[in-house]
Amino acid sequence: MSDQPEKTQQTPTPPPEKRTLIQRIFVRRGARDTVLIPILAIFTAMLVGGVIIAVSTPEVRDAWRQFFQAPWEAIKITIETVWNAYVALFVGAFGSPSEIVNGFRTWIQTGNSLTLLRALRPIGESLMLTTPYIFAGLAVALGFRGGLFNIGAEGQIFVGGLAAAFVGYSFKGLPWIIHLPLALLAAILAGAVWGAIPGFLKARYGAHEVINTIMMNYIAFRLADYLLQGPMSRPDRMPITPDVLPSAWLPTLLPSPVRVHLGLIIALIMAGVVYWFLWKTPLGLEIRMAGANPRAARYAGIRIAVIIVLTMALSGALAGMAGANQVLGVEHRMVRAFSSGYGFDSIALALLGNSHPLGVVLAAFLFGFLQGGAAQMQATVGVPIEIIKIIQGLIIIFVAAPEIIRSLYRIKTKEEKEKLIAKESQISS
Amino acid sequence: MPPVLELKGVTKSFPGVLANDHIDLKLEKGEILALLGENGAGKTTLMNILYGLYTPDEGEIIIRGNKVVIHDPRDAITYGIGMVHQHFMLVPVFTVTENVMLGIEKTRAGVFLDRESVAQEIREISERFGLKVDPNALVEDLPVGLQQRVEIIKVLYRHANILILDEPTAVLTPQEVEDLFKVVHSLVEQGISIIFISHKLNEVLEIADHITVLRLGKVVGTTTPDQATLESLASMMVGRTVLLTVEKQPAKPGEVVLEVSDLSVLDDRKLEMVKGINFQVRAGEVLGVAGVQGNGQTELVEALTGLRPFKRGQISFLGQTIKDVSPRKIREIGSAHVPEDRQRDGLVLSFSVADNLVLNTYYEAPFTKGLNLQQNEIDKAASERVELFDIRTPSISVPVSNLSGGNQQKVIVAREFSRPIKLLVASQPTRGLDVGSIEYIHTRIIQKRDEGCAILLVSTELDEILSLSDRIAVIFAGKILAILNAEDATRERLGLLMAGVEESKKPELPAVEQAS
Repeated sequence: MSDQPEKTQQTPTPPPEKRTLIQRIFVRRGARDTVLIPILAIFTAMLVGGVIIAVSTPEVRDAWRQFFQAPWEAIKITIETVWNAYVALFVGAFGSPSEIVNGFRTWIQTGNSLTLLRALRPIGESLMLTTPYIFAGLAVALGFRGGLFNIGAEGQIFVGGLAAAFVGYSFKGLPWIIHLPLALLAAILAGAVWGAIPGFLKARYGAHEVINTIMMNYIAFRLADYLLQGPMSRPDRMPITPDVLPSAWLPTLLPSPVRVHLGLIIALIMAGVVYWFLWKTPLGLEIRMAGANPRAARYAGIRIAVIIVLTMALSGALAGMAGANQVLGVEHRMVRAFSSGYGFDSIALALLGNSHPLGVVLAAFLFGFLQGGAAQMQATVGVPIEIIKIIQGLIIIFVAAPEIIRSLYRIKTKEEKEKLIAKESQISS
Repeated sequence: MPPVLELKGVTKSFPGVLANDHIDLKLEKGEILALLGENGAGKTTLMNILYGLYTPDEGEIIIRGNKVVIHDPRDAITYGIGMVHQHFMLVPVFTVTENVMLGIEKTRAGVFLDRESVAQEIREISERFGLKVDPNALVEDLPVGLQQRVEIIKVLYRHANILILDEPTAVLTPQEVEDLFKVVHSLVEQGISIIFISHKLNEVLEIADHITVLRLGKVVGTTTPDQATLESLASMMVGRTVLLTVEKQPAKPGEVVLEVSDLSVLDDRKLEMVKGINFQVRAGEVLGVAGVQGNGQTELVEALTGLRPFKRGQISFLGQTIKDVSPRKIREIGSAHVPEDRQRDGLVLSFSVADNLVLNTYYEAPFTKGLNLQQNEIDKAASERVELFDIRTPSISVPVSNLSGGNQQKVIVAREFSRPIKLLVASQPTRGLDVGSIEYIHTRIIQKRDEGCAILLVSTELDEILSLSDRIAVIFAGKILAILNAEDATRERLGLLMAGVEESKKPELPAVEQAS
């Protein structure tokens, strides 16, 4: 093709083309980078995690001490240990395939569903753990798209949880069709206000949102401490709120012991809503424009200050929903340590998902299933749960520093750059 | 004696495009070779090959008679090749000395930076080549012209004897260009050979010994300034005859569209950059605002388009007073704005061509219906505009950052010209563009004028001002020194006014006395 310069002349007017979801994702980074880098990052992190699992297992260390006597033994034990750990992780996250098949068989043959439900519990747990990640990841992703770094998702989750719990236990006698939406709405509003405050401080006074969202986190944590010990605490003065009435619970999708609940469905719907909002509505376009180039947005007549406050409020609202999800769907009350850092993990998650709703959902599933499998891994092969945090951390490092992955797997960037330049000269010639 | 540098059959292809096609080039010692070509003609690729950033697919590089292979910029420096990039590679908070020594730091006793001896060497280089600059000055305090000198010194400090200057005048004022040319001449006198990359024809004719023209990756021809004319170079470059001056009929000015009286505007540092300006623009005329960059043009334009509040004075647009009115409202009254920095203000580079074509009208029908953007309508309008304005893009859905500068500017022009407008504020509409695109955009502007649009053209390019304007206002230090009719304006007269030399005879507007 190189000896046909005529071919490089582009037809100036291609027909208007329908842009698919996938094309949309690829607009920001190269198609290959968006998909390949996260996948290779996960793979590499699992490899490094395997090394850490091996090193941290006493049997493996002992075997290596005997390396010169029995080299194959050492290697065999190492591989076995890592393999068993990851199998346990997989079974912990998805459940045992044979048990699930068995359960189905029993259910069909006898009509007794308990075996099946027991077998499905692990995957249900993983999905339950995934749900708050989706909400919080969407919150941070929306902020990123608007050029705002919302570090305050954790605090927004807390105030959302508090609001949901308050509505959940104090409004008595409402039918669920009113009570549940009301509790959700309270959480959304609380999160939105918590997000909008740093947004306003930035828009009005130029205070950086990173600092102020962090500060708002501290305020939210201490506010929760105070409310749980005083005004909102249970009659027995434990730092726990009274139980949320069942009319405000997010109903489970399957009978006990599977705990995954309606929150998952709402989260997936919200992912769709966020996608629609950001890419299909004028307001979403304004948010993305303000994020991508605030000067051009101003030139285009957008009131940046309003957009900043709005973006932060919406981001906070989504995080608030994560709080409501935990209170109404999992804990059924507000307790001190009810979030366990979803708000912070979600920053990494949004990065992994390229701040795109679809990417966020996929990344949330990854995190949820890693968490879900971790407990099983600790129970059966004695690998500490913390290894999962290490793997998560490694994934994020590799995604945030794609050069590591590129050099590891010899993905040539120079070629890419040349391609880009070629494309440019192609266009202008 | 063999030439200092010779390229034979250098070829470089990228997937889908042949960027350099068997390029032959010869640079003799102590000469200035101008490399002329439109954006995308392959100049930059060729220089990147020479500087070791790309490896050629075929061909030879011969330096002083020896065939060489240049693997990376370090090799290039070893062979005496130095490059001054269009965008400077300087650390603003470092001093000149620190910038020059960066990467090859000289030390005393192995640990202490030896600033003094480097500064001494810089002084010697300054002396020898007429590159006056204070080695202890912070780079950020220096004007652009001096920063460029620092870049040149950096290269000379590394003992370069083949100097590549990539579009060196793009960022300079006319005075700075003159200074640069003096420096270039003194470099050549001292035996340094220079490759001067440009797409500005008059500069090339002024400074070069030989001119090699590239088009679509091929050498179209090599000529000398004695044999070439502006017209012949332009047609070599573009491949067809080009109109260098816009053909236009005398203006038929109508009603006053824009009236500015006693306008004062502050910049971000609260300094008064526009100091009591008065002027009018009528329908169907082009008022050119000439001036050296940084004399208040930016602030003036921002005030007119609602992007910057103003302190004092009045702006009236079609009879409506514009004070604390949003950019959107001003646009809706019927104003269009081509901003001076297209990438910073006029486009969202990561957005598609289609989205950029509706960047400020996306919320209006038919692009938005109810809650939803109508992507089909946006794409339809975009396709029409791409065709109508001859925007070269592989598709309307690629990010606008993939387009060349000229095509990016066409996107802005297409967007702003595609709706009924009464006033066009065009700031540096052709900065950094190639001849073909300049011709195109100039024609479009005159077309708008003839449709009865009032046009305020702000430009630092005198050629542009002279070829488009019906009246010319010269701005200096935030004041308009004179408003001349185009037929009375000569290059010399404007040049003096731009330098702040007021004429003894009274300019036509009494407002100037008021301002001063």
